Amino acid sequence: MSDNLLRKVEQKFIRDDLPNFKPGDTVKIHIKITEGNKTRIQAFQGIVISRHGNGINKMFTVRKIGAGGVGVERIFPVNAPLIDKIDVIRRGKVRRAKLYYLRSKIGKAAKVRELRTEKKKTK
Amino acid sequence: MIGLLGKKIGMTSVYAEDGRRILVTVLSVGPCKIVQVKTPENDGYYALQLGYETKKPNKVNKPMKGHFKKAGVEPFRKLKEFRIENPDEKFKTGQTLSIDNVFQEGELVDCTGTSKGKGFQGVMKRHGFHGGPKTHGQSDRGRAPGSIGASSYPSRVVKGLSMGGQMGNKIVTVRGLRVVKIMPDDNLLLVKGSVAGSNGGYVVVKKSKKNLR
Repeated sequence: MSDNLLRKVEQKFIRDDLPNFKPGDTVKIHIKITEGNKTRIQAFQGIVISRHGNGINKMFTVRKIGAGGVGVERIFPVNAPLIDKIDVIRRGKVRRAKLYYLRSKIGKAAKVRELRTEKKKTK
Repeated sequence: MIGLLGKKIGMTSVYAEDGRRILVTVLSVGPCKIVQVKTPENDGYYALQLGYETKKPNKVNKPMKGHFKKAGVEPFRKLKEFRIENPDEKFKTGQTLSIDNVFQEGELVDCTGTSKGKGFQGVMKRHGFHGGPKTHGQSDRGRAPGSIGASSYPSRVVKGLSMGGQMGNKIVTVRGLRVVKIMPDDNLLLVKGSVAGSNGGYVVVKKSKKNLR
């Protein structure tokens, strides 16, 4: 019973307007940033390397290689209102749920193969 | 200050309007019925006795049965007294108080619960002592409290010295928690921050004196 009540509290904040994405996907996240009283939108593009948590506390980690080859990771709550929208740019073909191994890979080895769904359709 | 009785449901997070994520404790509070109104003429002070959660009538002993009968209410599992400052307010026995009567969003409340029992614990866990050195030839002293005082003078241990003992399972009040949201339909109160006790444990939520500052 108490668990239902918790779900009920969370329900109002859960977003269903965002696309589905999985670890391995390349996504572009448009983040609302408020500076003073102005709001602008900044994009963060990278590979989703993990999804964890549940309910309102569901999070995902996005990794990109920034300037100078420095790896940058950001963790976002899936249901955060500060996310304006998410574009899924590329579906990745991966065999595990957490892609932490990408952290120790450099250059081409840090790439994730693309999931090709069109081929399946023609078959 | 007036308050209500309730239960802790659990913790989760909600988002504020400006997008900030707020960690909240969800409390199921009230509705409580007034079982007794205490007045200076009869009792020497103003107070309300509130009842929370009904109990089977066959589980009530005779003195309490009489007490509930006098108020004309059903038997309650929990009773708690709240002092009231403003005596000209119209409270009468049998009246039901629910969260939207008592609390407002944005105000501060004090939450009292019984903390989770940890049993007999040493000084490191109970009081945050650092323990002894783990190396340099030491043995058996890793979690020891160290010296507990001088020797022949005073020849005793000072009172109140922190030592091992029962930890938790005691009444803990967290003061000045902000009411983030009230959901009157489900009798839910969302307060920012944590409240002592396990999920399902009884809590007392009172209006905070910090509101007055």
